[in-house]
Amino acid sequence: MSDDRPVPASPDASDPTPQSDELGTNDTGAQLPTLERSVMGSVGVALMGAGLRSGRPLQKLVLGTVGAGLAAMAATGRNPLATALKIRQTPQGEVLVGDAVTIGRPAEQLYGVWRDLSGLPRLMTHLQSVEVLDERRSRWTVTAPTGTVSWEAEITADEPGRRLAWAALPGAAIENHGEVLFRPAAGDRGTEVVVRLAYRPPAGSAGAVAARLLGEEPAQQLRDDLMRFKREQELGFAPTTEGQSSGRAAQGGLA
Amino acid sequence: MKAIVWQGTNRVGVETVPDPTILLPTDAIVKITSTAICGSDLHLLDGVIPSMERGDILGHEFMGEVVEVGRDVRKLKVGDRVVVPFNISCGMCDPCRRGLFSACDNSNPNHRMAEALYGGVSGSGLFGYSHMYGGYAGGQAQYVRVPFADVGPHRIESDLRDEQVLFLTDIFPTGYQAAEQCGIVPGRDVVAVFGAGPVGQFAARSAQMLGAAHVIVIDRVPERLAMAESAGCQVINYEQEDVLIALREATGGRGPDHVIDAVGMEAHGHGPGALVDTAKQRLKLSFDRITALRWALLSCAKGGTVSLPGVYGGLIDKVPMGAAFAKGLTFRMGQTHTHRHIAPLLSRIEAGEIDPSFVITHRATLDEAPDLYKTFRDKKDGCIKVVLNPWA
Ligand SMILES: [Zn+2]
Ligand SMILES: [Zn+2]
Repeated sequence: MSDDRPVPASPDASDPTPQSDELGTNDTGAQLPTLERSVMGSVGVALMGAGLRSGRPLQKLVLGTVGAGLAAMAATGRNPLATALKIRQTPQGEVLVGDAVTIGRPAEQLYGVWRDLSGLPRLMTHLQSVEVLDERRSRWTVTAPTGTVSWEAEITADEPGRRLAWAALPGAAIENHGEVLFRPAAGDRGTEVVVRLAYRPPAGSAGAVAARLLGEEPAQQLRDDLMRFKREQELGFAPTTEGQSSGRAAQGGLA
Repeated sequence: MKAIVWQGTNRVGVETVPDPTILLPTDAIVKITSTAICGSDLHLLDGVIPSMERGDILGHEFMGEVVEVGRDVRKLKVGDRVVVPFNISCGMCDPCRRGLFSACDNSNPNHRMAEALYGGVSGSGLFGYSHMYGGYAGGQAQYVRVPFADVGPHRIESDLRDEQVLFLTDIFPTGYQAAEQCGIVPGRDVVAVFGAGPVGQFAARSAQMLGAAHVIVIDRVPERLAMAESAGCQVINYEQEDVLIALREATGGRGPDHVIDAVGMEAHGHGPGALVDTAKQRLKLSFDRITALRWALLSCAKGGTVSLPGVYGGLIDKVPMGAAFAKGLTFRMGQTHTHRHIAPLLSRIEAGEIDPSFVITHRATLDEAPDLYKTFRDKKDGCIKVVLNPWA
């Protein structure tokens, strides 16, 4: 049959594990302190085990890969997991988060929504409130596992319809700064909204990795926020299946 | 209401579940008059597609009568008789506005899940097709909630029977798109279709409608081959013939100008390649078995098109890319942009060019559906396409 036909030998391309030389030359993986290494080694091995035991294929893949990553990180002293999870860091230890989305609306309109800082918690669900103090200064409050965290921020650039940038004032609990760009998309596609954030995670690279694994990580939050923003602007609502009928509701479970 | 519910791997059952309700102002509720079991439901049945949950209502090929509309629904009215595309599209995003309805940016509430698997992008939500595709309840039921009701449902105003228009929801446009994207040159091109299931049947007849000089259909199930033969196609039973040699003979050594793989990841096939695929799929190392894809690439003529309506789920390897490169093939693939095909294909049905009901071999009630899932899966009893009446 056709499957028996001789074909040139080729390496199996299905192995998703990154090659070690890629990791070694990538400067976004932070160096790890010794204690962090040993913790990651044991967490990694435990996760790999959980991954292998899991009956759900996606979970197996994710846990196994993450576990292997943590273990490799412990062994090499690099933070390939931060790299593999696309956690980007500056040499100064700031975590960079960026994402972009194209929205079929004019830049002025989208800029207007962002410029109304007090409305930002509707866009970014992890933001509890933004209190506008004056033209440039505002007070930001986020919910954290430990309660709420607050800091003051200042607008550092404001180009109507094009760009908005801000930075936390010195002494903030989470040092951070960011910008959002509004660029006309080619053709009639609307506006490209580009967001770039930088912050110093409370527990270094391990904190960033743990946050990512728990789904609390800013890169994922940003992605979700941008998609929610896009849907609100293009549709005026978010699609949902919550509350629909299923064989679970019949048994008292959630639909 | 009654509904067909996924109860776990290889288990579907009929359950009484709550009637659907309007959840958003753009929703409609449709009372289903006819629904079908699709070949891709079998990927759900056997657990190949991840993220199914116990209690999910299956089904994505259905039609019926609108019984309720949300307050923002403008075009659709209570009493309208409609066919509903299997993909759910918002009509507002850039892909939707370009007619790429199955690539809708906005209709999948679980976009994160699909993004994790598919490199940061999610396609549209689908009815009854796992949580990765939105977790929308399906239409193998007495009623269904239809989101974006002004975008998807298409009114049927003529007195065509359900069975003549039902397949506009999926398999007819899917087969048609597979043929259309080959760019068939009328009167010259030879088209081979791997897989004589419902989509393969419609792909073959669509290739004929688009003017193919000759259509060859490859399968192993006699009833399916007979159905293709009755439409004037040449057929090849791959269990009795060496497919690649038979295709070379049939085309003067050139190979078919275009090859449609209407099998997808559940290809049977044999030989070591197929065994490796099956083993990897069982071990969840790979989602796909790709015998048909290999044959498609190896048989296609120079400069030809390989068109893939068959569903592929994950990563595949051992793909003969060298052959594809050497011959300069074009690949066309993807989920069907059902919405844009409904009106033109409905016109063809109304004009008597095709009667899609030819593909139906079994008619049943919802209560009989679990058994028919198995009959269909095992290709027993000459089963090619099952239509269910939820009110019988
Ligand atoms: Zn289908
Ligand atoms: Zn859309």
